[in-house]
Amino acid sequence: MSSPAEVRRLSGYRLRLEGQQCSTCGEVQLPPRPLCRRCRSTTLEVRRFVPRGKVISFAEVSQAPSGFSGPYVIALVALEEGAIVGAQLSDVTVEEVEIGMPVEVTIRRLRQCSTEEAEGLVEYGAKFRLSSSSDGGART
Amino acid sequence: MKDVFLVGVGQVPVREHWKLSLRELGARAAIAAMTDAGVDRVDAVVVGNMLGSRLGHQDNLGSVIADAAGLLPCEAWRVEAACASGGLAVRAAAMAISSGGHDTVMAVGLEKMTDAGSAEVTAALAAACDHEYEAAQGFTFPGIAGLVMRRYLHEVGCGPEAFAPFVLAAHEHGRRNTCALYRKGMTLAEWQESPKIASPLRLLDCAPVCDGAAAVILCSERVVRSSQKALRVAASTVACDTIDLASRKDLLTLGGAVDSATRAYRIAGVKSKQISLFEAHDAFSPLAVLSLEACGFARRGEGIRLGASGAIRRDGSIPLGTFGGLKARGHPVGASGTYQVVEAALQLRGEAGENQIVGAKYALTQSIGGYGATVVTHILEV
Amino acid sequence: MCIEAGYEAMSRALLEPGVVGACWVGSESAPYGAKPCAVIVGEALGVTPNVIAADVQFACKSGSEAMQAAIGFVGSRMVDAALAMGADAAQSRPGDALEVTAGCGAAAFVFADGERSVALVEGCASYVTDCSDFYRRQGARYPQHAGRFTGEPGYFAHIKGAVGRLLLDMGATPRDFSHVVFHQPLPRFVEAIAEELGFVRCQYEQGLIARRIGNCYAASSLLGLVAVLDVAQPGQKILLASYGSGAGSDAIAFSVTDRIVERQRIGLSLAWHLARRRVLKGYGQYARLSGKVMR
Repeated sequence: MSSPAEVRRLSGYRLRLEGQQCSTCGEVQLPPRPLCRRCRSTTLEVRRFVPRGKVISFAEVSQAPSGFSGPYVIALVALEEGAIVGAQLSDVTVEEVEIGMPVEVTIRRLRQCSTEEAEGLVEYGAKFRLSSSSDGGART
Repeated sequence: MKDVFLVGVGQVPVREHWKLSLRELGARAAIAAMTDAGVDRVDAVVVGNMLGSRLGHQDNLGSVIADAAGLLPCEAWRVEAACASGGLAVRAAAMAISSGGHDTVMAVGLEKMTDAGSAEVTAALAAACDHEYEAAQGFTFPGIAGLVMRRYLHEVGCGPEAFAPFVLAAHEHGRRNTCALYRKGMTLAEWQESPKIASPLRLLDCAPVCDGAAAVILCSERVVRSSQKALRVAASTVACDTIDLASRKDLLTLGGAVDSATRAYRIAGVKSKQISLFEAHDAFSPLAVLSLEACGFARRGEGIRLGASGAIRRDGSIPLGTFGGLKARGHPVGASGTYQVVEAALQLRGEAGENQIVGAKYALTQSIGGYGATVVTHILEV
Repeated sequence: MCIEAGYEAMSRALLEPGVVGACWVGSESAPYGAKPCAVIVGEALGVTPNVIAADVQFACKSGSEAMQAAIGFVGSRMVDAALAMGADAAQSRPGDALEVTAGCGAAAFVFADGERSVALVEGCASYVTDCSDFYRRQGARYPQHAGRFTGEPGYFAHIKGAVGRLLLDMGATPRDFSHVVFHQPLPRFVEAIAEELGFVRCQYEQGLIARRIGNCYAASSLLGLVAVLDVAQPGQKILLASYGSGAGSDAIAFSVTDRIVERQRIGLSLAWHLARRRVLKGYGQYARLSGKVMR
């Protein structure tokens, strides 16, 4: 899977949902890139995105690639602040998901238990679950 | 820019070739194409291949295939654009000729997928997606196709059965193609009973894992011989889009396919309604629909109707996958784009046998790498 | 789980991540034998890199150990604020009695200056001996335990030792406390130790979450404390008594401040989390998810 160096490089994105804001034109982007997609400026600030959004679409992966064990649900989520992110959904079965469902980030292991996992690095990253505020709870 | 002509085709039947290695597959296709063109040497070979490095542990495929086909010391190198590698090889060959660099160039698309187990192949294919932001998060190719299909159903308001005609047509067209992997046809019931591997996408919505190789020989006007059944490569274009879905402008528009096709039509001086047949990249049934929309055969959200109406059948207004397409002929990923051009050529030459589209004049082929990240479009003219 | 709990604690504390100077994770099921998960939690919560961070382990009292470390660092002014977490996915051998009560959870607390706190630390006492009632060797998949030896010589003796010492030091009696929270391997252990020490049901019931969630090991008594803080009133005193096999107990006394009322309104209560439970489809799914069946 990902090497320790790669995990280190990706830790802002995976653990804090960090993307960028262009200092020149204000465009936000996620995932991060070497330059601004809109104006091509290279002066980009790190920007943490609000970890809430809505499901654009989803599918259940039944044939897992090596390193993963299925089934699990993948989705594209439109974040409140406009960027779109691809991630797994958590704490749901595919039957319970609907397009438009409000979701929030939860940091989880990216890959479930597998025989390869016993000695390798554990990789954590953002997945999305049904938003707690839609249950009547309050989250700051 | 010089004109480019297609003067030779060759293909190996798509199968699980337990006895044939990567170099043997490539050599057979190359030799078949050279025999067809009546040549015993070429100026250069471009190899299109995706998985040889990761699954076959073999780089430097240009040298490997040129040697296997007895063509050394010619120029030879590999190009890669995931599942569009085979189409890209044809593009590279065309570019070499139209720029005046070479007179005769062979493009060989080849792939060997069956040596590895399913989980490994799935992981290898996921390299066509964004590694950091998709594959490392568990995204797979079928998963992405399922996600796109679900969104299409949501926006258009149809059910998954609306995609079945594309699969059934492909299998019907593949029945008389001896080079196709699947030659028995398929019923609606069989499609309905197949399991959902990336809900709502079914197993039978997906092209199969298999081995194959195909080759075409392109040459400049200067060396075309009257004994060769020459066709003109009226257009050869490539366009790219972001590799990750999250960065696309519209999940249901293949921007790269639109750009590539639009330019191809302009260069060839034809419109979509003049196209006699379309060899599209139907690796997944939703991709077939989106390709038809991208190439101007239907508006956004209306491509699905071409299935129900029968327009995609051999007797319809836009015959699709006339030899079975990726779905039934098979999708040895790095080779498919070259198979498409071979099949288009056979149609325009009048050598398609029972698959013949009568009076075919312009053939459109489109090979897609990733979910539309790299799109290669060719228009052939007789 | 630590990231989740830590995120809630930071939100409720109304503190900027930069103020946190230490991050302690207490667990006996941390993913690594070498490499702390405290740094992963710290990165996710945005408190790295200028922070003291480490994993601590004393079996089921790993969480209260983390609290003691936080109290010491803040109290000595080495740092302005410290995160202390206790978390476990309770380990048990397939077919063993421990499997029946195995729970999973995490609790996180932010310790800082008394001026901003919802509860003040009034005193701590620990009681430890070399007593091998339950243990797991490095590299072993499952723990060993000594059956009934875990009771009287283990759990009861050490909690009595720590609580007894704390009450003596503070000049306090059980009646002074509105709430008492014990480490909770089984509800009847809590009922028994409470009776032995002179506490009554209305004092321990709020914190007795094992009835709902089983034994969460290092998070057990800490989650009980969370349940109590969700309803505690200003002026009340709370006694926390953890227990970790091997063996030892930490007893910590708190007094609740006025600030608790507004903070109870921020964030999600333990009851809310418990209400969100999902029921697994039987032992087979549990075995697969917990890695007891290797894929």
